[in-house]
Amino acid sequence: MLSRVAERVYWMARYLERAENTARLVSVYANLLLDLPKGYTVGWHTLITITGIEEPFRKHYEQADERSVVRFLLTDAHNTSSVLSALAGARENVRTTRDLFPAEAWEAVNELHLFAREHALGGVNRSQRHDYLAQIVHGCQQLAGLLAGTLSHDAAYDFVRLGRNLERADMTTRILDVGVTTLQEQDDGAAALLSTLWINVLRSLSAYQMYRRHVRASVNGRDVSAFLLGDAQFPRSVRYCVDELDAALRRLPRSEAPLHRIAHISRLLTETDPRAIDREALHGFIDDLQLELGQVHDAIAGTWFPAPPG
Amino acid sequence: MRIDWNHYDPGSHFDELLAAAGQPRAAARGLAQYLRSLSDADLAARKAAAELAIVEMGITFTVYSEGQNIDRAWPFDIIPRVIPAREWTQVERGLRQRLTALNHFIDDIYGDQKIIRDKVFPADVLAQSKNFRPQCVGVRPAYGVWAHICGSDLVRDSDGTVYVLEDNLRVPSGVSYMLENRVVMKRVFPELFETQAILPVDAYPTQLFDTLAAISPRPLDYPQVAVLTPGIYNSAYFEHAFLAQRMGAELVEGGDLTVGDDDCVYMHTIRGLQRVDVIYRRVDDLFLDPEVFNPDSQLGVPGLMRAWHKGTVALANAPGAGVADDKVVYAYVPDMIRYYLGEDAIIPNVPTFLCHEPKSLDHVLANLDKLVVKPANESGGYGLLIGPHASRKERAEFATRLKADPRNYIAQPTLDLSTVPTLCDGRLEPRHVDLRPFVLQADKTHVTAGGLTRVALRKGSLVVNSSQGGGSKDTWIVAEADT
Repeated sequence: MLSRVAERVYWMARYLERAENTARLVSVYANLLLDLPKGYTVGWHTLITITGIEEPFRKHYEQADERSVVRFLLTDAHNTSSVLSALAGARENVRTTRDLFPAEAWEAVNELHLFAREHALGGVNRSQRHDYLAQIVHGCQQLAGLLAGTLSHDAAYDFVRLGRNLERADMTTRILDVGVTTLQEQDDGAAALLSTLWINVLRSLSAYQMYRRHVRASVNGRDVSAFLLGDAQFPRSVRYCVDELDAALRRLPRSEAPLHRIAHISRLLTETDPRAIDREALHGFIDDLQLELGQVHDAIAGTWFPAPPG
Repeated sequence: MRIDWNHYDPGSHFDELLAAAGQPRAAARGLAQYLRSLSDADLAARKAAAELAIVEMGITFTVYSEGQNIDRAWPFDIIPRVIPAREWTQVERGLRQRLTALNHFIDDIYGDQKIIRDKVFPADVLAQSKNFRPQCVGVRPAYGVWAHICGSDLVRDSDGTVYVLEDNLRVPSGVSYMLENRVVMKRVFPELFETQAILPVDAYPTQLFDTLAAISPRPLDYPQVAVLTPGIYNSAYFEHAFLAQRMGAELVEGGDLTVGDDDCVYMHTIRGLQRVDVIYRRVDDLFLDPEVFNPDSQLGVPGLMRAWHKGTVALANAPGAGVADDKVVYAYVPDMIRYYLGEDAIIPNVPTFLCHEPKSLDHVLANLDKLVVKPANESGGYGLLIGPHASRKERAEFATRLKADPRNYIAQPTLDLSTVPTLCDGRLEPRHVDLRPFVLQADKTHVTAGGLTRVALRKGSLVVNSSQGGGSKDTWIVAEADT
């Protein structure tokens, strides 16, 4: 498999996962605001922090109000991670590797991108937002399923798995970090409120039901952190994503360097019990994980992708 | 209502299917009879089925000017063009002869240039050739073959004579559409293929692979073959991807390849560097290697020419093969055939006036309203003047250009291209066609059974390029039933 093709397949999967996660995030956040009693405000700006796009946002918007944040996250072309930008990126990567992907994948990504573009206004307007975001998530899931079911599970599919799980693990740590830092700064007296916030953290990762089934504890910061970091069966937990990365890497040639990085993350996850450390330490741990995930990407790119020109 | 061949009037043109109204030619009799048995609704349904198949199979071509939507469905007419097998045998012989002579010529031009010393080919025509590459002098490709893949355009005039209109020796396109047209036809008219003796065309990708494998510098059982494309914005990208897929070759862009210190060509794969033996390059000469040609080119591979010179990699077509693609050089092909092979050309050239000859130039300038004037080195129908269809002003402007650079132009009489019945608004009407067969050459020579028939979909139009509103048809080589 050509390095260039591997890189495009990897980014296709990352963009697709990014579009889905961003759509989920906005959707859950809009709901969370409806749940909060008067006087407790969680600013829209938090979403900008979570997704790590502070700098480009400030360049183009003065205020972090609902409209500007939602627009920046969903449709703004200045934001290379916006849903629309990510879908365009996924589409472009499929288009340039059309001989590799099943023909239906090209049609599906095309349709999804077209839908996202044509109904962009619906995503920004409150009344249609839910439907719009549900459609986006649905389209991304459909594509992921299509690839799982019709693309040979060869090296190309391993690069799909790498892209998807790296992006997913990254998003999980970001969302968890919001719970750990921002949300816990609320008035300690409002225990019920804290529970609402953690429920929404779980919901934004579609993790609420699985948490209830498998943890069987009340929804609290410690258990949610432990679940989202360390559960071996939930597909959006960091542990699960890391195991998936490990499995995909083992199937690929010359994977020593990225495997080495993955082993390191795996050890960190095993050795750290989120229930046993304080909020400060947990935040630091999540920061470390994010840096580690970045290094996994660098190791993957360094091993398999073409060197950047120049 | 059914098709009534008595009402089909090809006029003064030579029609490929009918000798005259109501009289199908022998090889087309089965087809004509079958078409007559279809109702209008049937015919419309088959047409719709063909269009659906084309969309489903993703058969597209690329148009540069259309902004984002650059992929368009391939325009296709369901009525095939029929050529009797007996006639095709002659054409095939003619193409073999022509390509053998052309390859002798290219090999000679980059070698001893005997043909110039013997005064059969003028030195000054070569001196002014835009496609002669001094960087190729002295290279000896395997079997003396430079143009491994050729697409020659054939036309038939009103008297029935088949002419070679031009030879495309650089990066000829269209063969993928020839193959896909047949697949669509089999889906739409399966019953016809049961009753007619139609020669198959689908051996082409195998023959192409064999041709490329035969020129591998390393005698391997499984040489690594790659198709080098300029990328997705190229108008023939569909074909590049199609051929790579059908051959099981790697579809590469310039950035995927690198030339090592050992002067071998490698591609970057996830397993590391992997050596490439043969490159079917669909990138023009001047963009192949920034070290030798256009230094700004991002499409090519630095050092590729060095590797080719050293013989560690084979390039098809060989750089410089386009020297024989020149429309002025074209005029000398019958002389080449006589000179190298001692034979007369089996397929004639269209009579051609070379504008660099003063007498011819005068004649051309005086008859611009009757002639087609073509630049020597453009392809795809760009920059030409169709005299009878041009305005007085256009002709005057063209005359100025001609006088400024006569070497760059040739002129030919406007041919009355033959026609084939074509489905237009539910009726069959004559539309002009040409034919591009493909010739493969290395240790062996292969000629496609037929080729790509292009059709001018507008009434009276002679323009068959898909980028300018032309379409295509399936081409049948049919053994005639004994009568």
